[in-house]
Amino acid sequence: ECPGTGSAQAGRAAACQGCPNQGMCAAGPDPAEAAELRTRLRAVRHTVLVLSGKGGVGKSTFSALLAHGLAADETKQVALLDIDICGPSIPKMMGLEGEQVHQSGSGWSPVYVEENLGVMSVGFLLSSPDDAVIWRGPKKNGLIKQFLRDVDWGEVDYLIVDTPPGTSDEHLSIVQYLSATHIDGAVIVTTPQEVSLQDVRKEINFCRKVKLPIIGVVENMSGFVCPKCKNESQIFPPTTGGAEKMCKNLNVSLLGKVPLDPQIGKSCDRGQSFLAEAPESPATLSYRNIIQRIQEYCEQHHFQEEKIM
Amino acid sequence: LAERTNLAGVRHILLVLSGKGGVGKSTISTELALALQNAGKRVGILDVDLCGPSIPRMLRVQDSAVHQCDSGWVPVFVGQDKAIALMSIGFLLERPDDAVVWRGPKKNALIKQFVTDVAWGDLDFLIVDTPPGTSDEHISTVEALRPYQLLGAVLVTTPQ
Repeated sequence: ECPGTGSAQAGRAAACQGCPNQGMCAAGPDPAEAAELRTRLRAVRHTVLVLSGKGGVGKSTFSALLAHGLAADETKQVALLDIDICGPSIPKMMGLEGEQVHQSGSGWSPVYVEENLGVMSVGFLLSSPDDAVIWRGPKKNGLIKQFLRDVDWGEVDYLIVDTPPGTSDEHLSIVQYLSATHIDGAVIVTTPQEVSLQDVRKEINFCRKVKLPIIGVVENMSGFVCPKCKNESQIFPPTTGGAEKMCKNLNVSLLGKVPLDPQIGKSCDRGQSFLAEAPESPATLSYRNIIQRIQEYCEQHHFQEEKIM
Repeated sequence: LAERTNLAGVRHILLVLSGKGGVGKSTISTELALALQNAGKRVGILDVDLCGPSIPRMLRVQDSAVHQCDSGWVPVFVGQDKAIALMSIGFLLERPDDAVVWRGPKKNALIKQFVTDVAWGDLDFLIVDTPPGTSDEHISTVEALRPYQLLGAVLVTTPQ
């Protein structure tokens, strides 16, 4: 049985013999590399990972809105890092399609949406938006490391990391590389149906396995209110109790439920902030409440760390 | 001497792809299999989504286990007449909530096994359900299937 790629036994256990990954696991994190990353990221106050396990539940949408929401406070510097190498959605959602990354003496410059909101994604490195990035794990890991090591983020209050679906290379790597600094926690996104929750439970177990604190779960596409008759329908019925039941069973916090609003998809397609375009939508209210809870979690976390120090 | 491989009796191999997650690949793969079976065809489904295997639950066999025979793994037979052959990593997990936290090389090794070591028997259609993306699983699956006649790929999307 694999001892787990993050465990102390990684690459060294009897079960590791013959595993194609053995060399990499046994090598462990390079101390020089870890030091380099620590230096680069030392001016980052809070880091939040947005995960799911399931695809298409709204991770990127949520990451983009979290970034916009936090950056509404002009005194805060926000950074949004998109490590979905195969399907980078952030450039389009932030209205930055076609932008390129510039190099300076101090490294790669993030692409700025606002003065206080910088973005980095593999999307900015492609010559055409339809270019497929068909890379195996090790090459993806290499780029993620570069994003962390070579991007000149500067002083950042919040670093938000948007991830692809799954529990694989990208997720292991980001947790490993960011262990050089610290991660406040993960926000896990789901939709109400069991087919999603099934994958999300795995993601929760992944977080526990790699000792990544879970800030809480967001349930997207939670009901649809018809704009004409105002009746609510469950487009993705919570046949097994939805995120609420899952959170109760697994003892994690439910940060909030966000209803389906067709405007959300439209704003994303057009690269605009849904929060700004539809301030009166019930979905906006839900998002804002969730964002506030995340902020409170981070502030409290920081306060506790300082107390310990 | 021509060796009879496990895929020798499969007439058509079909990949269901997307790139984007959550658009309905697994749903379509399942419905396609059921429809083809209903039309009298012999069908198999290979679920190579190692991190998020959805097919077992969709066919109500999430609690099944797989067995080995001389030619490899015996697929789980599902559907009303137990006539659809299914292989998924979902069947190899000790607990359904266990996360498969593997890097590429280990995923590639299992996919190769899934493609060559499952005793499919004679099938008209083998439908291969894939995870989102264009990475290890996709590269390995296409590479492992190269010696065989791939019918083609069905791509699934949503409007946005």
